[in-house]
Amino acid sequence: MGLEMYRKMLRIRRFEERVIRLVNENEIAGVTHEYIGQEAVAVGVCAALNKDDVITSTHRGHGHIIAKGGHVNRMMAELFARVTGYNRGRGGSMHIADLSLGIFGANGIVGAGAPIAMGAAWASQARGQSKIAVCFFGDGAMNQGVLHETLNMASLWKLPLVFVCENNGYAVTMSIDNANANPDFAKRAGSYNIPSETVDGMNVREVYRAAVQAVRRARAGEGPTFLNCRTYRFQGHHTAEATMGITYRSQEEIERWKQRDPILSLAKELESMGIAGETLRSIEEETMREIDEAVEYARQSPEPNVEESLELMYATPYPGIPAKGWTE
Amino acid sequence: MRTLRYLQALREAIVQEMGADESVFVIGEDVRHSLRGATKDLVKMYGEHRVIDTPISEAAFTGLATGAALSGMRPIVEYQISGLVYIAFDQLINQAMKLPYMMGGQGSVPVTYMIIGSGARSGLAGQHSDHPYPYVMHGGMKTVLAATPYDVKGLMISAIRDNDPVMVFAPSKVLALKGEVPEEPYAIPFGKADIKRKGTDVTVAATGHLVHEALKAAEELAAEGISVEVYDPRTLLPLDKASLLESVAKTGRLVVIDDSNRTCGFAAEVSAIVAEEGFSYLKAPIKRVTRSDVPVPFNLAMENFVIPTKEDLLRAVRQVMR
Repeated sequence: MGLEMYRKMLRIRRFEERVIRLVNENEIAGVTHEYIGQEAVAVGVCAALNKDDVITSTHRGHGHIIAKGGHVNRMMAELFARVTGYNRGRGGSMHIADLSLGIFGANGIVGAGAPIAMGAAWASQARGQSKIAVCFFGDGAMNQGVLHETLNMASLWKLPLVFVCENNGYAVTMSIDNANANPDFAKRAGSYNIPSETVDGMNVREVYRAAVQAVRRARAGEGPTFLNCRTYRFQGHHTAEATMGITYRSQEEIERWKQRDPILSLAKELESMGIAGETLRSIEEETMREIDEAVEYARQSPEPNVEESLELMYATPYPGIPAKGWTE
Repeated sequence: MRTLRYLQALREAIVQEMGADESVFVIGEDVRHSLRGATKDLVKMYGEHRVIDTPISEAAFTGLATGAALSGMRPIVEYQISGLVYIAFDQLINQAMKLPYMMGGQGSVPVTYMIIGSGARSGLAGQHSDHPYPYVMHGGMKTVLAATPYDVKGLMISAIRDNDPVMVFAPSKVLALKGEVPEEPYAIPFGKADIKRKGTDVTVAATGHLVHEALKAAEELAAEGISVEVYDPRTLLPLDKASLLESVAKTGRLVVIDDSNRTCGFAAEVSAIVAEEGFSYLKAPIKRVTRSDVPVPFNLAMENFVIPTKEDLLRAVRQVMR
């Protein structure tokens, strides 16, 4: 278990490090939001889930996709906007989805995944299934109305839903203290009669322990749980922030959190448990190979045919829609 | 044949589809007591687990429908008031409409949204009187606006069976209208207009309750020797362009009457299509008769002044015939 979680966290870290490089080298277009520093949250939560459980993710979604079992080849191909990507080049970083793994998509709108996850939870309950849903969101979403509507309805109907707040302290540049009249998120969730817990989001075992409990409650029909996972992003809000010269976090603060790197902490713990350094090194090498292969796969994948840009909009097609912007 | 009121016909479509398909359920505000009438007695027939009353949380229950749809269900979402659509806009346009495309064709979102009593309702003022279909059409959402009991039943059944988001607008002014409706379920395909009256001098493209105003106007104009053809698109998206152009090719004149706002409204789209693709047929400039670009005022005379009426249409037709 520990080793598997280590492998997943490392896969996220190395994937993201490579993405930064590829964005800076202009091989990946658009905006990417790296998950570096927060790996323990996605991995700890998803380790408590079954394959058919549903998650909704955020704009910072790569970590959730990998943790839920997403394949790095198809993720990287999507970031390269290739036809072999998860979204066939139509989605990109902020919209990666794999319905076969219960991944109902990353999402570019803060808080928007919450009611969608609730819909999956509701459908499961209505049909007497054991499937549950998890919605990941950041601290910024705590001030979106739709999240609070969802907290209320999920608690009211005792839906099999787990709310996972990845509280990294900042909504883009705005600190939680500047944004929240009450920054105690566990308490705010508690006001909806949802059991809640503040969890050390830098410790994958702690996250896993809390998630197992929340998932058990959900499957037992006891309703939603709210996990306020205290974590930190080691990078900027997005890749480009590094070049923007803006400072809203002190270097000292960043360094302090880096001391608590969830991957290094777990590595130390595993070694103290007698796992050979050799084993960890071979996981490192395998991970690097996976990422290399993913980049190679993406580079060699074909671009989508632009003539197909108007396809896949409708599942029940009719002639004339969608309208093309211009015709002879 | 049996006659039903428009609202009863719409309800019958829901009853029959819920009976035929267990994945169909209704969700919205006060749908169990059915304030709007379209879901009357559904709880008795199908149970509370398939007729869901929600808190006043339009964005959340719209999103719930998307998640349930991606999980294999076929939700029918009721917005009690047309203006509530705006509250759910992110979930409708950014989420329900865009997710399948952005996910590269994975999954589908077969949700039917219905607004019972859309449009001006005599004294309901600015926030309860809109016909907000141009907003959702702009986002690519399939849009139904039926004028008769027969059409609404067949189109509602098609909407529920459709695998994409569809918004069904039932104008307040036709809900009590009676008409012949077959008892058995039947589906009217989208994108097929109905020529509600044949004529040779001028095409009147009319939507929803205004189809009936157009038919009345056509009767009056016939007495003046003007032969009006009434084109009812029935679905605004997809739009039956072929029938529209065919009609204008025959008459050479077009008046569009529609109760959505003038700027970027439905009439603007119809006019643009004919101007672009049927210009050579035209013997006179196209004329639009639309709602004015203001919130519907409370005062009844003012309401009547800003929404399109039969009198406005009569004047417009006479003008293009000059």
